[in-house]
Amino acid sequence: MRFDEPALRNPIDDLTVFGRPVARIEGPLKVTGAARYAYERTELGKAAYGVVVGAAIPKGRIRAIDRTAALASPGVLGVITTLDHDRLPTADMCAATLFGGDVIQHHHQAMAVVVADTFEQARAASRLLSVTYERAEGRFVLADEEPRAEAAPDTENGGPDAPDIDVVGDFEAAFRAALVRLEQTYTTPYESPAMMEPHASMAAWQGDHVTIWTSNQMVNWAVRDIPRALGIPAENVRVLSPYVGGGFGAKLFIRCDVVLAALAARALGRPVKVTLHRPVIFNNTSHRSATIQRIRLAAGSDGKLTGISHRGLSGNLPGGLAEMATSQTKLLYAAPNREIGMRMATLDLPESNFMRAPGEAPGLMALEVAMDEMAEKLAMDPIAFRILNDTPVDPHVPNRRFSERHLAECLRVGAERFGWSARQARPAGVRDGRWLVGMGVASAIRNAIPMSSGARVRLERSGRLTVETDMTDIGTGTYTILAQTAAEMLGVTPADVGVTLGDSNLPRAAGSGGQWGAANATGGVFAACVKLREAIAARLGFPAAQCTFADHHVRSGNDTTSLAEVAQRGELIGEDLIEFGDLGKRFQQSTFGAQFAEVGVDAFTGEIRVRRMLAVCDAGRIINPVTARSQVIGGMTMGIGAALMEDLGLDAKRGFFVNHDMAGYEVPVHADVPHLDVVLLDHPDALASPTKAKGIGELGMCGAAPAIANAVYNATGVRIRNYPITLDKLLHELPPLSAL
Amino acid sequence: MPQSNMNPPAASGMTPVRFITVNGEQHSPPEDPRTTLLDFLREQLDLTGTKKGCDQGQCGACTVLVNGTRINACLTLAIMHVGDEVTTVEGLGKPDALHPLQRAFVTHDGYQCGYCTPGQICSVIGALAEIDRGVPSHVTGDLSAPMITTRLEMRERMSGNICRCGAYSNIQDAIAEFVGEPR
Ligand code: FES
Ligand code: FES
Repeated sequence: MRFDEPALRNPIDDLTVFGRPVARIEGPLKVTGAARYAYERTELGKAAYGVVVGAAIPKGRIRAIDRTAALASPGVLGVITTLDHDRLPTADMCAATLFGGDVIQHHHQAMAVVVADTFEQARAASRLLSVTYERAEGRFVLADEEPRAEAAPDTENGGPDAPDIDVVGDFEAAFRAALVRLEQTYTTPYESPAMMEPHASMAAWQGDHVTIWTSNQMVNWAVRDIPRALGIPAENVRVLSPYVGGGFGAKLFIRCDVVLAALAARALGRPVKVTLHRPVIFNNTSHRSATIQRIRLAAGSDGKLTGISHRGLSGNLPGGLAEMATSQTKLLYAAPNREIGMRMATLDLPESNFMRAPGEAPGLMALEVAMDEMAEKLAMDPIAFRILNDTPVDPHVPNRRFSERHLAECLRVGAERFGWSARQARPAGVRDGRWLVGMGVASAIRNAIPMSSGARVRLERSGRLTVETDMTDIGTGTYTILAQTAAEMLGVTPADVGVTLGDSNLPRAAGSGGQWGAANATGGVFAACVKLREAIAARLGFPAAQCTFADHHVRSGNDTTSLAEVAQRGELIGEDLIEFGDLGKRFQQSTFGAQFAEVGVDAFTGEIRVRRMLAVCDAGRIINPVTARSQVIGGMTMGIGAALMEDLGLDAKRGFFVNHDMAGYEVPVHADVPHLDVVLLDHPDALASPTKAKGIGELGMCGAAPAIANAVYNATGVRIRNYPITLDKLLHELPPLSAL
Repeated sequence: MPQSNMNPPAASGMTPVRFITVNGEQHSPPEDPRTTLLDFLREQLDLTGTKKGCDQGQCGACTVLVNGTRINACLTLAIMHVGDEVTTVEGLGKPDALHPLQRAFVTHDGYQCGYCTPGQICSVIGALAEIDRGVPSHVTGDLSAPMITTRLEMRERMSGNICRCGAYSNIQDAIAEFVGEPR
């Protein structure tokens, strides 16, 4: 099905189960431990255990690896070292070598996998390798490399010919002429996705075919990249990823666990499973780059922005992607003069790659604080200032409208619900016992990305429906929303629908990333259901266009047949692919939000506690308010982490992230998170997808951190522009206790 | 499959108990003394509901109940639990017969990816038992007053169980329903 015209009324709009709160259909499996993740599968038989050994230098070569002692260790079946293989080709959009060759690009790059009968044996033997390194000088400090940084054009939005800097009008002239100006630099730290399930893969070969159970967000990218890495035909690889214990970007691409499990299984002729032990994940896999962002804003005394400049810098290995922290600034506020662009510096650190809300998350951490600072300079309310500078069109392509844009409504609804009117504009003006209390707000934007997505829906003889696709559920609720889609289209309940996901033998779907999963995958199931409805109508001799499906029955005029009766005559299958035309080009399709935070800062110690948070979201039709809300609170929670604690600490001499485990890399825990309030506005987007949904998984993270940062400022009068905002940065600038 | 007891009867009075009891079934301890309780459960008994998030006591995904007390199964060796009664998430309920706390997690969407969930659930049960025993926490106010299960208490006591998906707000709602707020 081609989606190139705005969606008209269709069976989804009945909203019998689509758009309704439905508990996760796989929930009972998850709460009882019955859902099996990659390392826990039994289908391939008893697997040997592989333990990965990472390089202890950040850059250089491996001269030799002596494996004698490891091989002699009890239970060891084999040791495969990176010197045994040529360098394996790197996956698209990735920069780090997964395995092979003697060149070390970054700390903890996989050097070897030690395989044994038991995990204990493999782990013990993995410590017996003796490695001779030849260390090279590396570049580890982002700010130091700024002079050598190169432009990182926004090809994702601007295509292959995107300019180095997006320019409209004459920013410098506007800035010089402006009555009110802001010029500030903000930094965001290296962050780790730190999903709870470590990367894990289990592989077994049958002849020259390999089956791999893995934990991966994008099955269709995995089956593209694995054959390349292993040098075998694509059709010889089957990948299964039905449960993913969180990804947040870390599992978009295959990592070394996949190739090492497959290589070891091939070498040993038996199934092998490999999980990355936690301390190796942070430096072996990918993280979000730190950024340095310089923002300049120009406005007249009326508060209208006359110029926006947002220039950013991030780092990566050669050939890697930049953290596009400036892109959202092209779309968020109006201003006639603009210059926006990223640059990227080459670093010899582990690979930077996509992490939840790539670009927007750190970009808004700078822009939305700058907006708060500018509102203060203008003596305007930060919400009024944002609404005044709202734009109905893409400010860089003024004839391009947004499909739907309700940012102002988000801000207004949120202000009302959060009690914004009680906020004191003067910082450090509210006291609650030992706590300085403040409120902050930030806008949120994250684009909707149309991607083709396929699915098959079977009406089985039993009368049950089964949805089949290689789509994944990474905690997002995919199982449930696909069941809702099929149920709505065929007039049954979600309980009548089975959903099989994450198998590369099934129709290829969009996968999970960039908050594109929900809208595209439900679009694919919608298309397959249209086909199935046609097949059912044809069997009954009904004209397909006039059939309605409701209450387990098909109706055409006065004729009614139950689906069970149709099914008894033999299984029927609908399979299709949703493909998108140029609506996404003609209209800017984005999701919007407003984030509100209230914090308390201990007047004596500078300790920061988040007291309340609210997110108001404009994200198209909400498919399932339960799972959508969960996506948003998950993003808000990660926003608390980004604002207040998350920070991969760099050893600038040895070139690695020091706090590479779950204790050293601090993420929010229960005690850090208050009740989180979410309002989901109802603005179906007929230009975005046939279900009028857009996705919400990353929007909830956008704006959450700067809302907290602005609240900390409002509470204390101390503006911290280098995240995370920790008490040591506040302590010496807190208001004198006598003034309290 | 979980093995049932394959041990011979105790030969003498010196070693009266030689089993680790898991969810009511007796199992011989592992041969390799290096085996953690977590790996014993997951790799030898195929009780994979208990998760491994870090293997070093930092995340709580491996939380199980040993004689009713919650512990991180990755931080203890299986052979140290001969004679102990271990309860894992599989011992609390089944998909078609959920424990009321498991049902509350489903009702309140107290999870997303599900990987931290078994640990969260076992941890709630362990934490409530601590409150029942009068064990105070960092946020407990009056130590001589009867202990009450507030949201503040539960947020504090559950903070060893990381949920990177950020389901905390919903987990607290699930707990509140289970304990019958206010308790
Ligand atoms: S696996 Fe035991 S605490 Fe993380
Ligand atoms: S549900 Fe994913 S980590 Fe908690």
